[in-house]
Amino acid sequence: MTEVLDREVLIYTISRLLEGVRHVAVGASSPMPAAGAMLLRALQEKKGAPPVRISILGSVRHNFFTNGGVELFDCAGQGRIDAFFLGGGQIDGRGNVNLVGVGEYPRSKVRWPGSFGAAYLYFVVPRVILFREEHSPRVFVDEVDFISAPGTSDRSVYRTGGPFALLTSKCLFHFDAARPGFVLESIHPGHDLAEVKKATGFEFSHSENSAQTPLPDPATLKLLRSRVMDELSETYPEFSRQMQQDLMKMGEHAL
Amino acid sequence: MMKNKAVRDEITLIDLRAMASRVESGMHVALPVDYGGVSMAMTRALIEHGARDLDIICVPTGGLQIDQLIGAGLVRSIETSAVSLGEAGGAPRFNEAIKNGTIKLRDATCPAVHAGFLAAQKGSPFMPMRGLIGTDVLRYRDDWRVIQNPFSEEKDPILLVPAIKPDVAIFHAPKADRQGNVWIGRRREVALMAYASAQTLITVEEIVEENLFSSELTAAGTLPALYVSAVTVAPKGAWPYGLWGEYQADTAEILRYAKAARTSEGFADYMKLQNLENA
Repeated sequence: MTEVLDREVLIYTISRLLEGVRHVAVGASSPMPAAGAMLLRALQEKKGAPPVRISILGSVRHNFFTNGGVELFDCAGQGRIDAFFLGGGQIDGRGNVNLVGVGEYPRSKVRWPGSFGAAYLYFVVPRVILFREEHSPRVFVDEVDFISAPGTSDRSVYRTGGPFALLTSKCLFHFDAARPGFVLESIHPGHDLAEVKKATGFEFSHSENSAQTPLPDPATLKLLRSRVMDELSETYPEFSRQMQQDLMKMGEHAL
Repeated sequence: MMKNKAVRDEITLIDLRAMASRVESGMHVALPVDYGGVSMAMTRALIEHGARDLDIICVPTGGLQIDQLIGAGLVRSIETSAVSLGEAGGAPRFNEAIKNGTIKLRDATCPAVHAGFLAAQKGSPFMPMRGLIGTDVLRYRDDWRVIQNPFSEEKDPILLVPAIKPDVAIFHAPKADRQGNVWIGRRREVALMAYASAQTLITVEEIVEENLFSSELTAAGTLPALYVSAVTVAPKGAWPYGLWGEYQADTAEILRYAKAARTSEGFADYMKLQNLENA
């Protein structure tokens, strides 16, 4: 069996979560979401399926906007962006996202970069994928310290978008807006339910026997390691370099 | 660093200083996103010039430039959607200043910053926009208002963002012509900054002899001199950031800064090597 890096499982999962989207936007510091979107695009192209548009902020080659930084948000407001990614220093069980900091505001004990476009895009992009590798009780909390973007809104608030799934280094949840809350969908190889429960600071629902997150087949993996890595290195040179290093290390172990 | 160029760039250095001297203490200063053409050459000139109590508006986020201005003690307040060094991680001087409460902070979200500039561009007092309702971003902004959509029969709250009219906008672009027209390509957000600001100071890679309006191809991506207060040449003026279509960011250098600036001593040591004579 071909060995697969944990990060490759995540990138492949992202590509599955994006299935069916026409246009996905990726933030300036999001190498894995960008890789997932590029993988989907490459796979669709191979199948002869409808093309996937990817807009990466900060990239010259993977950005077809001509109206500056404003256009991404205008485009989202017009309903022309189907999917977007959000991280979060804290994410709580109701899908609230905190990108600002820990403790009181504004003098945060720990300060993160800030809300970026989240306080808008969470409202208007139908499929927002929450992506945070670190799966720990300090990230997945019962209640966020600062709401950069709320998981759900009152009925009177204009809202065409919101959380769709939450992907971590341990598992994949989908979001149920009706509850509201997260439902465990699958656990990545090497992890189990007890571990996920222990590492999650909020309540979530799950079945008795959790499914395992599917792995990429060899052809998909090959595409990811060649074309996608090449495309990625233009916008995320540091990430791309690290991933090549990890692949080389894994190759040495296999020998 | 490039000492052999010192003689050729002498005029440029004087010009950079003259440009920086237009920024006075207490001014409201608009600065671009890290991939939009950041005039890092002006960062060094501004620090040397030393105008203080600056109120910075990041359009719509900030990075290295903001971090260095904060580290140098020139910033009184900052309005931004985020401050980070991208792949190099958090902005150390910004984070420290927030923790110690030494600068006033107004958190925003990218399209709300744009909305404020668009209102100014149109000469309107405010711009309505979707999103934000129920966020703590909105909760902490006493300068924003939520009203009922006057065109709706149903309950439909909507946010109003007031016009943002900075005293000065500063950015870097690939080229300008002798008439002061500046080629900005498709980086329209720097045009937005210029429309909204009382003054716009621009550093460029080069001055071209041909008027940028002489071809419709370049005219479409040109910011007319009408909106430009001053231009000066600063080769590699975005370094260590990249400039779209011209050169890539120097990731290693940004990482080096991120590491050095973890302490104020490390920051001071790093900045000593960044003064104008060494640029």
